[in-house]
Parts: sequence; C-alpha cells; structure tokens
Amino acid sequence: MQIIESQKTYDVIIVGSGAGGGMATKVLADAGLKVAIMEAGPFFDPANPEQRTQLKWPYESPRRGAGTQRDFGEFDAAYGGWNIEGEPYNNIGDTKFDWFRSRMLGGRTNHWGRISLRFGPNDFKAKDRDGLGDNWPIGYEDLKPYYDKVDKLIGVFGSNEKRYNDPDGFFLPAPKPRLHELYYIKGAKKSNVDVIPSRLSILTKRINNDRGVCFFCGQCNRSCSVYADFSSGSCLIFPAQKNGGQVDLFLNSMVSEVTIDEHGKANGVKYINKEDRQQYALKSKIVVLAASACSSARILLNSKSEKYPNGLGNSSGLIGKYLHDSTGTDRAIFVPELMNRKRYNEDGVGGLHVYSPWWLDNKKLDFPRGYHIEVWGGLGMPGYGTGFNPNDLNKHLGLTVGGYGNGLREDVKKFYGSVLGMSGRGESIARKENYCEIDPTTVDEFGIPVLRFNYSWSDFERKQAKHMHQTFEEIGHNMGGIVLGDAPEKDKDYGLLNPGRIIHEVGTTRMGSDPKTSVVNEFERLHDVDNVFVVDAGPFVSQADKNPTWTILALAWRTSDFIIEELKKQNL
Amino acid sequence: MDRRESLKSMILGSMAVGLTLESCVTETPPEVIEDKIWKYTYGRTPKEAAFDEELLLDQFFEDQELQTIKTLANLILPPNEQGTIEQAGVVEFIEFMAKDVPEFQVKIRGGLMWINNYCKTHYQAAFVNCTEVQQKELLDKMAFPDMEAEVQVQEIQFFSLMRNLVLTGYFTSEVGIKELDYKGNMPNVWDGVPQDVLDDHGMSYDAEWLAKCMDPNTRGDIAQWDDEGNLIS
Repeated sequence: MQIIESQKTYDVIIVGSGAGGGMATKVLADAGLKVAIMEAGPFFDPANPEQRTQLKWPYESPRRGAGTQRDFGEFDAAYGGWNIEGEPYNNIGDTKFDWFRSRMLGGRTNHWGRISLRFGPNDFKAKDRDGLGDNWPIGYEDLKPYYDKVDKLIGVFGSNEKRYNDPDGFFLPAPKPRLHELYYIKGAKKSNVDVIPSRLSILTKRINNDRGVCFFCGQCNRSCSVYADFSSGSCLIFPAQKNGGQVDLFLNSMVSEVTIDEHGKANGVKYINKEDRQQYALKSKIVVLAASACSSARILLNSKSEKYPNGLGNSSGLIGKYLHDSTGTDRAIFVPELMNRKRYNEDGVGGLHVYSPWWLDNKKLDFPRGYHIEVWGGLGMPGYGTGFNPNDLNKHLGLTVGGYGNGLREDVKKFYGSVLGMSGRGESIARKENYCEIDPTTVDEFGIPVLRFNYSWSDFERKQAKHMHQTFEEIGHNMGGIVLGDAPEKDKDYGLLNPGRIIHEVGTTRMGSDPKTSVVNEFERLHDVDNVFVVDAGPFVSQADKNPTWTILALAWRTSDFIIEELKKQNL
Repeated sequence: MDRRESLKSMILGSMAVGLTLESCVTETPPEVIEDKIWKYTYGRTPKEAAFDEELLLDQFFEDQELQTIKTLANLILPPNEQGTIEQAGVVEFIEFMAKDVPEFQVKIRGGLMWINNYCKTHYQAAFVNCTEVQQKELLDKMAFPDMEAEVQVQEIQFFSLMRNLVLTGYFTSEVGIKELDYKGNMPNVWDGVPQDVLDDHGMSYDAEWLAKCMDPNTRGDIAQWDDEGNLIS
C-alpha cells in the first residue's frame, strides 16, 4: 500500500492544536504563512450546540455527570483522559506515570484550570540558588515582553502585587472572594501564609469585540460558549482564520513521524488519518511540534532514519529525559460555621478566586523548591457524588452516622457547602532518571510504537508534600475548621499523587545552549535540525511552582517571531 | 409504557435528535435546532453517544429486582412535599449506573438477594412483601456502620452503596436540586458574598482587596492599561 502524498507544500506544519500550537498558528498565520495544523482528534467549538456541555444540569444525563466516560465528569470538555482506547502506554517496573491526553481541536486547553502564572526571575535560574537541576539559557527579562503580549491578547485577571518571583502583568480585575475563600484567607493570615487574588485567563472584563465576557457559571472546564475563557481553538485558531489566515485543519490526523530530505532537513510529516486508517504524507518548509511534551518526544523518537538512527534531533540522547510534572497533594477541611448556610448563587468563575503563591525561603527548609496552594469549595452545582456518605461528618459533632429516612434530606442540606479544600501544587526537580522512551514491545492501533515511562519521586518532593500537609492542617485549624483524615505518612509518599496526575508534564526536549546537554536552543529549535521547532512544554528546563500554560504561550510566541525573522533573512 | 420505558425512550429520542442533526441542518432554522438540543441533549462524541444508547437499550436488573430497589429507595428517602424517588428518577438512574459501573452489578444484585434471603428466613416473605415494621427492623441492622470496624460487613457496605446512589440520584434531579436550593447554573454577575451572609459569619471585605476587584458597571468596556499595567478603563 502506498503512502498518499499531498501535492501542496505548506510553509509550516504545526503538530498539535493546544496552547503552543494555537499560539504558533496565530502568530505565523497572521504573518501570512501557509499553515497546516495536524490534530489527532475531531473539530471542537464550545459554541457549537451539538458539542456544548456548558449550563447543562446533571439530570440531563443518565449518569448525572459521573466520570465513567470522561475522567473529570461527563460534562468536562476533554475528549480523552488518562487512558485512551487503542492508544496505550506502559510503565517500567513498578514506576508509575499517568499520561493525560485530550484528542480534539484545542487539546487540553478546553478543560484546563485557566491558572495563568508567569514564571519569575528565580524560576529560570533555580540552579544558581540550590545547585539542583539546570538553569534556563534565557531569563525572565527575555520572556517578559511576551508575557505582556499574551496577557493583552488573551486576557487574564489578577492583581499587581509587586512580588519579585510572581511578576506583575496586565491584569483584568479580580472577582471578589467567595465565603469559603474568606475563611481560607482568615486561616492563612493567622498562619502567616500569603494570599492574593488568583490569576486565571477568564474575561472578567471585555478585551475585544470578538469574545464575550464571563457570566459566572463556574464551568470553565466545560469550555465557554461565549469564549470568555482561554481555549486555544476559540481564542487563537478561530481568530487566526477569521483574520484571513491561510490555515488548513487536518483533523483526526495522528502524526507518526517527521520526514527528512536528502540533506537531513525536515520536509514534512507522515500521519495516519484515523477515519480511513490510511497513511499520508504532507510537505512543508518548517515543522513545528506542539503535540504535548511526551507526544512530541514520541514523534521525534519515532522519526528514525539512516542519518538520525536514534530519532530526529536526538544526538544528545536526551529526548524524553528530564520528564517532570508538578507535585500535588490535597486535603479537605470541614468548617462547622459553614453548616446550614444561607443560599445564594456562588458559582463565580471556573475555579479559585484566591490563592497562595509560594511564600517561604527554601534555604530555611529541608526541601529545595516551593509550591502554591489552590482553594476549592462552596455552594457548587450538585453532581454525581453529591449526597454520598451524607452524614459522615456527624461524627465530628457527636451525632449518629448512617441511618435512613427523611433525616437524611436534612443532613445533606446541613452539610452542603461546609467542606473546603486545599491543593498544593509544587515544583519537582528535573532528573535524567525520569523519562519516557519508545517501547519496542507495543504499538497503538495505528501501528505507531508507543511510549513507556520511568518516573519516581525523590525525597525532595516527598519532604515538600509533607510540608504541604503541615500547612493545610495549620491553616485548617486557624480558620476554625476540622481537618479531615490523617496526614498521609511516608509509606504513601506523604500523599503525593502519581506523577502525571497534575497534568503539567514538561522537560522532554529541554532547552539549552550546549547541544550535548540539551535538545533545543533558546528559540526552541532542534540543535540538530534547524527547521524543526518544539513549542509545547517539552523545552522547559524546570517547571517552577507555577502552572506551565502561560510560559508555553509566551515561548511559542517568541519562537514564532524568531521563525518569521529567520524567514525574512532567508535563513530557513 | 411504564415510567422507566418512557424515560428510556425520551433519552433515546433526544439522542436521535442529536445524531440526525446533520441531515436536517439545511431545512431547519438553526435556532429551532438549538432549542431542541438545549432542552434534551448535551455534547457527546459519537462514540460516547453510541455507548450510552447501548446501555439504555440493555436491561440489567430483573423487574422484581427493580421493585426491590424501589421499595428500598423509598425507605431510604420517603416521599414528602419536596419530592419523591419517582420524580427524581432514582430507580432508572441506579439501573443505568449498574451498567455504567460493572463493579456495582454483583454488589447490588447480591445485596438484594441477601436481604430477600434474610426476609424469607425471618419473616417468610420477600423484602417487598414484608411489613414496614419488618423492613425497618432489617434496615436497622444494615444502616449504621460500626465506627470501630476497619471493614464493614457486607450488608452494611451494600446499604451504604444503595444509600449513596439513592441520595445522589435524588439530589442531582430537578426536584432534589430545588430542595437543596442550589441557586446557580445561570448567567449572572458575581459581585461578592451578600452583606447579610457576611454579617452572619462575622466576615467583611478588606478595602485594599476590594480595590483589585471587578466593577460590574464597567466590565463591558474594553480593557486598557497604562504602561505599568494599571487598568485605566
């Protein structure tokens, strides 16, 4: 069977339509380049009534929103999850890495938490402070102009706080704290933990006439039908098309490898069309990978040739190495004062209105890197699980647990909105020993060799998680709450979730000046092949105690500007 | 057609609207299509919709088992003026979940069998035919977990599962959400916790914090900043 080759040659093929791919599309198409976007899933537009889940009630579904088909509940806007039928991955030995993929236009940006934090000056030079990991070849000053532009183009609410390592930006106004968040603030202040308005890419104020303004349904994870939150499709790709950009979407198209010409330069990609299950080839002058850190690593490692026997761009042998995710652990607090609450609409924006950025100095602690705290709770929409263990909390009040009859109605109403929670999200150390690689024993249903992972936490992360729980307990007590459950002990890694669970995986094609110790240069260009770029989170040297998306966007914009400049100079 | 059948056909009918949408796109005004979907469907991939259709067409529990579930559900949450198990579609929901979460199947089927065996031994009748006094006598043995035990005995585990499913089925239904008095899931403008609630909790907003917050009156104006990042519109 022959590979079906297209006659058309694009300026750029962009593999993946999430944050990095969307930003590259916007910048490169606006500059007049002919762009092909390769997306492994279907078209998605949250404004399309057929795909919309926003404002749906649980009783509109036979499973009342349960997470049996989609991991974050069936109204969540991610087509995919930790496990995708026909697209397996493996783990080495007893190590565990859980890989979340979303197969749809816009990728994981359709459902993400919208927490949009800039990295600070310290985050790019962490090795200077503690000797661990590596410094980035760039600093905050290199990325600041791009963070500024991203703020203005996409919109993010927050507040300027003059905190050195949590840089200020161009923020939309913050939403006022909810009641449980006021309790959190009270507890945190008593514990000397800083709290500031959260920073989320949700439009609390209009930024242009193409996108709507937030109407406070609290459902950003369902992707907003008026485009008031940041999703890559609605905020970058559609505007690029609307702006007259030459953008062709290749949907349900699973890229298997980057192809090269006789000089060893990239000249396009091979992909499987998931609908007819045929292999196709597409040509371009430049290839931009934005398939997610692990998927881009997989594509490069599978792009083997005589010239590049270990995979494209892999002369260092480091593709897939230094994989790291944010650390995470959570705790719930029961606040008796929040029982029998007065009811009002407290949906707010989709996510937290306040958070605690890292507030301590690691030099005085027994773990090297920081974490931030996210807060959850409130009078949210009932869903599958509401009413489970309806009166377990009675044990804290000296009342009976269990039973049946109409007293249960009163129990559910009494406790509704009385539990809040804290989630610590921290920085792990990038280590060469944590990696993904091609598993020669397994292919996916398209015949493409899959990844296997090897990832373990170290004491750096375990001690940090232990500290998180100590902090949660202190804040919980100081807000007048009862901390639920016991602090997880060492045998449970102090409650650390499996790597991959926070879905901030980065580092697999890391950036550096030395081709021996890094995969891409500071412009996210492969050291080995000068017309291939990686604009997802693969190039991250370290992931900071922040969330990666805003940095993916800023880097992708900077790289796209670089590509345009190089084209102008005819260097590409 | 009994209630369960009618619910099934209602859901299937709504899916058919979604699935046949493409063919009627050219003839039906878009707003009519939108109304239909808004009322009856929600975003599903074709694969998900097909899976749900398969589950809805299949029946796991025997009629007699469904009757037992219904009796049990009405004991767990007896009808009152706020809403009933039937209005909340709790039995249909449990039937669906048993197919959606296969681990529930043996637990529920076995648990139902266990209570019938118990009732036949002690009361010489199936659970549904026992008197309410007898039924409650049995429930009293199942409904209260042993707070000292590490693992609860089977009948307590079974009852906890049923209680969870009954309550979540009820409180995610239209009547249940109304009873819980959840006020959201509709467009609005969030402008903070109402003053009387703040007062009840001895809370107040800090002036410095409020200065960073959204002004509902100017949120429709396009954002502009000075060079320092201060919002000026």
